[in-house]
Amino acid sequence: MNSIAPRRTRLVLIGNGMAGVRALEEILSRAPHDFSITVFGAEPHGNYNRIMLSPVLAGEKTFDAITTHPLAWYKENDIELIAGEPVVGIDREARTVTGALGTTRRYDVLLLATGSNPVIIPLPGHKLPGVIGFRDIADVETMMAASQSGKHAVVIGGGLLGLEAANGLARNGMDTTVLHIMPTLMERQLDPVSAGLLKADLGRRGIKVITEANTKAILGTERVEGVTLADGTHLPADIVVMAAGIRPNIALAKAAGLDCGRGIQVNDGMLTSDPAIYAVGECVEHRGALFGLVAPLYEMAKIVADRVTGTANSDYVPAVTGTRLKVTGIDMFSAGDFMGDDNTDDVVFRDAARGVHKKLVIRDDKLIGAVLYGEAADSAWYFDHIRNGTDISALRDTLVFGPSAGTGGDAPGVEALPDTAEICGCNGVSKGTILAAIGKHQLKTVDQVRSRTKASASCGSCTCQVENLLAYALGGDYDATPKVKSVCKCTSAGHDAVRRAILDQKLKTIPAVMRAMGWTSRDGCASCRPALNYYLLCAWPSEYEDDSRSRFVNERMHANIQKDGTYSVVPRMWGGVTSAAELRAIADVVDKHAIPTVKVTGGQRIDLLGVRKDQLPDVWRDLNAAGMVSGHAYGKALRTVKTCVGSEWCRFGTQDSTAMGIALERMTWGSWTPHKFKMAVSGCPRNCAESTIKDFGVIATDSGWDLYVAGNGGIKVRVTDLLAKVTTEDEVLEYAAAFMQVYREEAWYLERTAPWVERVGIEHVRTALSDPAGRRALRDRFMESQRFAQTDPWADRAGGADAHEFQALATVE
Amino acid sequence: MDGTISVWMDVGRLDDIPRMGSRVVATPATDIALFRTADDRVFALHDTCPHKAGKLSQGIVHGESVTCPLHSWVIGLADGQAHEPDEGCTRTVAVRLEDGRILLAVGSA
Ligand code: SRM
Ligand SMILES: Cc1cc2nc3c(=O)[nH]c(=O)nc-3n(C[C@H](O)[C@H](O)[C@H](O)COP(=O)(O)OP(=O)(O)OC[C@H]3O[C@@H](n4cnc5c(N)ncnc54)[C@H](O)[C@@H]3O)c2cc1C
Ligand code: SF4
Ligand code: FES
Repeated sequence: MNSIAPRRTRLVLIGNGMAGVRALEEILSRAPHDFSITVFGAEPHGNYNRIMLSPVLAGEKTFDAITTHPLAWYKENDIELIAGEPVVGIDREARTVTGALGTTRRYDVLLLATGSNPVIIPLPGHKLPGVIGFRDIADVETMMAASQSGKHAVVIGGGLLGLEAANGLARNGMDTTVLHIMPTLMERQLDPVSAGLLKADLGRRGIKVITEANTKAILGTERVEGVTLADGTHLPADIVVMAAGIRPNIALAKAAGLDCGRGIQVNDGMLTSDPAIYAVGECVEHRGALFGLVAPLYEMAKIVADRVTGTANSDYVPAVTGTRLKVTGIDMFSAGDFMGDDNTDDVVFRDAARGVHKKLVIRDDKLIGAVLYGEAADSAWYFDHIRNGTDISALRDTLVFGPSAGTGGDAPGVEALPDTAEICGCNGVSKGTILAAIGKHQLKTVDQVRSRTKASASCGSCTCQVENLLAYALGGDYDATPKVKSVCKCTSAGHDAVRRAILDQKLKTIPAVMRAMGWTSRDGCASCRPALNYYLLCAWPSEYEDDSRSRFVNERMHANIQKDGTYSVVPRMWGGVTSAAELRAIADVVDKHAIPTVKVTGGQRIDLLGVRKDQLPDVWRDLNAAGMVSGHAYGKALRTVKTCVGSEWCRFGTQDSTAMGIALERMTWGSWTPHKFKMAVSGCPRNCAESTIKDFGVIATDSGWDLYVAGNGGIKVRVTDLLAKVTTEDEVLEYAAAFMQVYREEAWYLERTAPWVERVGIEHVRTALSDPAGRRALRDRFMESQRFAQTDPWADRAGGADAHEFQALATVE
Repeated sequence: MDGTISVWMDVGRLDDIPRMGSRVVATPATDIALFRTADDRVFALHDTCPHKAGKLSQGIVHGESVTCPLHSWVIGLADGQAHEPDEGCTRTVAVRLEDGRILLAVGSA
């Protein structure tokens, strides 16, 4: 590499969205080194799967989970990403583009992928804060915030986007009404019968639909307060989502003088009227057509990549697209011309009791359109016939019953599909491609197929077909509809089965469990190993030797790793009580080791932050010397026992809640649990220690103690359930130990008490603890395991255990 | 390493690294994480996750991969590549075993 490298072609992409970034991927796969690439994106982050905004809004996915290209991807591919700065001008003479903050880049080739904008109907009041479209993550955040502070939502538009928005808002607890101007919902995808079924299904989910609604005005002074209809109806609204269609975002192209109709006009090679400028995605108009689904955009991405890299002179050919509504629990599919005309025949199947309606439209012995509602498992088969224009005259009698008709109905539909049948519409992945990948790479799970082929990686609605294909390809090796959640990708066995096998077959090491249960990986993964380590520890407390290699870093280091690689140290502060001597010792440790930050935690103790790994043993030694031990702030273990001042000081206190808390913490510290375990004791029902959102919460009363379980502060707040009312301190301890032990023995790893109790039911727990003999047996098993668990991990390590963890192997000067 | 001349440096014994574990070699430029697999092979990577620079030496080692402690990306030990669906790459460093000793290719100017 001594010679000067030839200058690479400068490629600038405007629009960091689904079509543009897919085009870059296609370009990089053809010519990884030929371009120096700059991307301008108006949104301030990497690219994400816009389709999945609906599940994010519905609370089924996180933004992280739908991010397809994090910033690292750009870095890795040497792409300059200018995120958060929209381009405001293109100078075609000079071949430069300029962003809103003044950033200017030259291009040899320019790619426009600016997507589209939601149509905002110019009703009176449309500019009020709280009136939004549904297009990007910022819109989702606005809707989620509105659901926190307000109660009523109105969605204008009963198409795909509007209904997905309405579903999400309703799932966030909002009273949601959809206003639709046409007589039936989704009239561009559904026939009136299916639309009626859909309306009823939405009604069951609490979503009101008003059809033929003529919205007159949006009301409000500071922000939106309501909506009025032409017939005088008034609806209160804290947020109004306009989902009345999209319009290609062509402002920039138009200002630059490119030929535009409704969209930026492109030829079959995706070239605009300027030979240096291509366009892909929803911003384009191709042969008079506009686009609103990803499948055609991904196809365009391939064409533009072929052209830009000079790989081939391929042309974009429009194809039929299919639509699904991503509302969990509503199964529908629609494709092609589903309304028909005088020259078509309809074949209709209806099972009103099951809410199933299928309509097929046939012209000249060919299937030209289909709507499936309530049961859409065979959509790929129908879609294939539509796309290929198959002669269906021989099939006509049974066509409406799907591919398994006549086979007794139990053959999976995928079997009947030809290899060319498209399974994943978004990514254009065919049955043949998936089967080939399964065979070649010995794929066993949907996740593996997804990462190999991209099938089901976008909207996810074909997951079921991918599963069926796996079942078909693997035969008996694949459990088609796993009823149990498997421990991880290395096994199909569920948590309960693993725990049972450990006990029944007396399995005592991680490799033994993996062998007995047929693990597919040699030494597991970062999900299953910690789970197995915990299950073995719980089953064989006196025998099992903890495997530190199967512990998450925090539990291996006995401190919490921080984002900069340093650690935090939290000593136990029994029941939240400390003393001058302890505080002084902490202050000395902080000074001596120059610890940058000291903070009071939300768990009533003190956190020392920013400790380097090599300092840890010394810091611990000094804390130990002052009588302090590990607070297990890092562990799936007993964390804190918060208390209030109680009857010793408080004028309302009925019992000594502080002493009770300390007794609980002394009994339970050091115990490992499926997920973290927190307790609190309050001295009266004012509940200053927040006992009702703890895994085990105690509230003192005049006559004794009320015991509560399975509360959760955290991500999803859950208030505790009452477990029992008892009178003595010993009973509190007995119940606490017994409850912890059932949880330890029965819950799945990483399942906190709240979701566990939601899964098994509070009655199950009450029953397990109501019989005194059973309760004591549980308590005894807990105390037995505590004999081995209650050693201070800090003291062990300050004394030299695991020294290698804290020191470099070697240092190169 | 980058085409610069490297020397093989003896940095310790195989047994200094626990099976399915990792140790760090500090160098002036960066920390290098050495990994030992269950079947006693040794790999070396820069101790920096391609995602947000998590210390890979602190992760869980399984098969021929390590899971980053910060956000659980899985990085291949042999090639430093992030496993799908994540994308990114950590630099690898040549390493070999000789009579139970670990020799690491350390760049010299
Ligand atoms: C230090 C502390 C914040 C503080 O400065 O106050 C804290 C810090 C962390 N919390 Fe917390 N939580 C702290 C009190 C809480 C509380 C308050 C409480 O316990 O009363 C809650 C809500 C109560 C609850 O757990 O139900 C809380 C709910 C969470 C959650 C959500 C758990 C859930 O079930 O939804 C997580 C995430 C998780 O565990 O997966 C979390 C995770 C974390 C992690 C471990 C994040 C991480 O993985 O790195 C933070 C570690 C920081 C560190 O290195 O020290 N932290 N965290 C508090 C330590 C208390 C202690 O003395 O041990
Ligand atoms: C909630 C929702 C659900 C959907 N569900 C489905 C579905 O189930 N199936 C399906 O096939 N499709 C679905 N779609 C449609 C699909 O998301 C779009 O077809 C696709 O995202 C369009 O890709 P694109 O790259 O053309 O536009 P986008 O993904 O919108 O990307 C365009 C990007 O360009 C940026 N931009 C615009 N102007 C500028 C400028 N001047 N400078 C810099 N950047 C600029 C924008 O900010 C945006 O980030 C859904 C869309 C939404 C909003
Ligand atoms: S709330 Fe907890 S997890 Fe979130 S930043 Fe604060 S300490 Fe970290
Ligand atoms: S830093 Fe490694 S996964 Fe985030």
